[in-house]
Amino acid sequence: MHGKFSFPPATPFSMRRRRLLGSAGAMFALAGCAGKPLAGVPADAAFDERARLQWLDRVTWGADETSEEALRRAGLRAWLRGQLHPRPAKLPAEAQRQIDAMAISRQPVDQLVFGLEARRKDAAAITDTAQRTAALQAYQRELASLVRETRQRFALRALYSPDQLHEQMVWFWGNHFNVSVRKGATRALVADYEESAIRPYALGRFRELLGHTLRHPAMLLYLDNARNAVNRLNENHARELLELHTLGVDSGYSQADVQELARVLTGLGVNLKADAAPPKLPPARAGEYVREGLFEFHPARHDYGAKTLLGQPIRARGLAEVDEALDRLARAPATARLVSRKLAVYMVADEPPKALVERMAAVFRRSDGDIAAVLQAMFESPEFAASLGRKFRDPMHYAIAGVRLAYGTRVVRDVNPLLGWIDRMGQPLYGHETPDGYAMVRNAWASAGQMSTRFEIARALGGSGAVLFREAPGAPLEKPPYPPLSGSPMARTLEPSLGPDTRTALAQAKSPPDWHTFLLASPERMYR
Amino acid sequence: MPLHRRHLIQAAAAAPLAAAAGRLFAAPAAGGSKLLVVFLRGAYDCSNFLVPTASDFYYEARPRIAIARPGEDKGATRLDADWGLHPAVSASVLPLFQRGHCAFVPFAGTEDLSRSHFETQDGIELGQALQGRRDPGSGFLNRLAGVLGSRGSATVSPMAFTDRLPLVLRGEAKAANMALARVGKRAIDAQRGEVIAGMYRGTDLADSVAEGFILREEVQRAVQSEMSAADRSAISPKGFELVARRMALLMRERFDIGFVDVGGWDTHASQGGATGYLASRFEELGRGVAAFAQEMDEGAWRKTVVVVISEFGRTFRENGSQGTDHGHGTVYWVLGGGLSAQAGGRIVGEQQALTQASLFQNRDYPVLNEYRAVLGGLFTRMYGLSAAQRERVFAGVAPKNLQLV
Repeated sequence: MHGKFSFPPATPFSMRRRRLLGSAGAMFALAGCAGKPLAGVPADAAFDERARLQWLDRVTWGADETSEEALRRAGLRAWLRGQLHPRPAKLPAEAQRQIDAMAISRQPVDQLVFGLEARRKDAAAITDTAQRTAALQAYQRELASLVRETRQRFALRALYSPDQLHEQMVWFWGNHFNVSVRKGATRALVADYEESAIRPYALGRFRELLGHTLRHPAMLLYLDNARNAVNRLNENHARELLELHTLGVDSGYSQADVQELARVLTGLGVNLKADAAPPKLPPARAGEYVREGLFEFHPARHDYGAKTLLGQPIRARGLAEVDEALDRLARAPATARLVSRKLAVYMVADEPPKALVERMAAVFRRSDGDIAAVLQAMFESPEFAASLGRKFRDPMHYAIAGVRLAYGTRVVRDVNPLLGWIDRMGQPLYGHETPDGYAMVRNAWASAGQMSTRFEIARALGGSGAVLFREAPGAPLEKPPYPPLSGSPMARTLEPSLGPDTRTALAQAKSPPDWHTFLLASPERMYR
Repeated sequence: MPLHRRHLIQAAAAAPLAAAAGRLFAAPAAGGSKLLVVFLRGAYDCSNFLVPTASDFYYEARPRIAIARPGEDKGATRLDADWGLHPAVSASVLPLFQRGHCAFVPFAGTEDLSRSHFETQDGIELGQALQGRRDPGSGFLNRLAGVLGSRGSATVSPMAFTDRLPLVLRGEAKAANMALARVGKRAIDAQRGEVIAGMYRGTDLADSVAEGFILREEVQRAVQSEMSAADRSAISPKGFELVARRMALLMRERFDIGFVDVGGWDTHASQGGATGYLASRFEELGRGVAAFAQEMDEGAWRKTVVVVISEFGRTFRENGSQGTDHGHGTVYWVLGGGLSAQAGGRIVGEQQALTQASLFQNRDYPVLNEYRAVLGGLFTRMYGLSAAQRERVFAGVAPKNLQLV
């Protein structure tokens, strides 16, 4: 309909990568590429304040003053391109300072784990019962604190990173390739899992995500592949890899495929010993032993027999079998469909239009699983524009959007109350026990009990959001204890988009805390 | 407004909150049957719970994790010539079994062969034929509530004690849900609640929101009475037992169809035997079930049936990591103060000896007692359903009458 808003055609990965690595000029060179006129996408003239808020509420973790200004300045087209192909962006100094101070930031994961393992062994060896119990409890507290830091870091970035789409995709992939800290062994590992297996590839290639998540110790422990060995098969990882990570349950693979894939995965495991010498192996196999950080491929545990997966033989032998199998899975049309549909459920609608999913899947196949290209096709679609404001916020989106709206760029000093709200609503990061990850549809989050919890959280944030700015949990709240939202420029920006019933409710507020509670509890805030 | 408006709510749109509440939660008829379904998500290892102690093959197949025979050190408790019970539930489930308030249905389950937790759980909750078109928005407990509610003589109040409304209770009949593990102080008073509910009038969240405020009130009251009763027990209950006691308080007074799920059963590695990880899960679950029975008081317990189900069983053989992988047939539990003499304290349903040859696909328990047939038979006896009514709950399935009640 208008030529104003369009994207450059999907760019080859190598090019995109160069840009990611900081070649600023490439951005502007590409900006000149003309795309086809697009139906369903507003021209700048029609792109008013309300439309801006809607796009922000969907593409970011929630509209706030800063993102509103960034979008207004850049225009939708350039702003979206920047979101799809972000250059490394800086967090506000205060947020970065908090992250830098975390234990998960100060040590590489293998050193961290070696240290913890040594501590656990020392603690277990203490003969005095009371002392041993105390030492083991301290060790457990340390693990719990690593999980808390992982959640704090995630929340700080979701709240304040300029690369909002990237942050949304980090959550999405962490949920797609779910691991759970309720399986104890993963607690020291989730921070690195997010940082090294998910974050660098969240807008990159699906095949990269698949390979890095599979080999990460957090996943190998979570889905028990660390225990999977020749003649002692453990099918868990293989099954979920087919069912949840790639093809999907009704796509035609068989129990035999699960077992064959489990055999492919034999020998991939984890070695938590700092000073482990390479194992003694027959000379023919010795060269195949791999140890990278905590990851280990142990040839003596691998099944070197012939294998067939999805009707085709696996030709490689040893660790290379995994790459061959993952290539096959990543390029299967069923995977393109499953991933595209899931992206559309996250970003468009609980029941996304089939035609849109098909178009996204076609881009996925054509681009060899380039996630940014698939998302771009989605953003360009009339279905996306038509869906704005109609996607129910899950608890993570509800809570983070609330804090972004209420306090804007003023960086919280204590993010724990926010984590507590997310926890109360039942969606703590890496807290979903089973590998399917959290549901992303309204049905899963809008029941009676859940709505009443949301309203209590609206009250907590709207009435005493100052809990987020305390230096210590017991310290007195600053005054006033509620956010500076009512009567603010952001509130004025928001007001035209509120319905008459919500305005009636706001008019009944007798105090700023009530006004904030009603606004945050309003139907409009439940959707993005 | 960014909302999908539906017409069906319009009738309620103008009604004040209290009136809507009355419509949503009529009190159940006194003296009616009560049903609680407990779903063990993750597929519990039934063969280490109801132990096939007569099967030599069981002991061959599980050299490192088997529960020893009755009489041996840390052995199973003998239930009959073929079966024993895990020692972790000796103080909880065993006494109920011995009083005739508990029965087990081994070789129970579905025809679903995906061995996928999620696919099979969804399939069971829908309770519809695997072949043909399924309605993904209609769970079998919701259809049961619909059938019971349409009979005119009594209203029915279903409630899921979970933080989300589970598939099994989704559908046309009104169903509520609220998790009971963490109930804090109420933060929204009645007046502000009215204002908030007002914003949702005419939207498709209106019912959810109105119900939420009422439920919050109900649960608060249950927790209050629990606190005033706290002196009775020396230590305050935790975990599933706490939830179970609260469920009993609410079901005694308020709700007549309940659902709860318990996770943590997917034991692919190091599951332990008579002690260890799985044993402590059994212990906690058993303690909760016994607490529920106790808290229901005699009269209500006599009219209550608790069914414990899981999506499938696990491999009969232990795997390479002292755990078990996804299997097929499982063991259902049926508990209640009014079980029949033919069922209470017995192992019921079709059974077979467990040898290598009798395993399904040489790895799992076969399914001899299809779950819809078993539950259809149970509901028919509990509620006196007509054939047409049962057909609305489980279409096209002949009921299996195990004479459970």
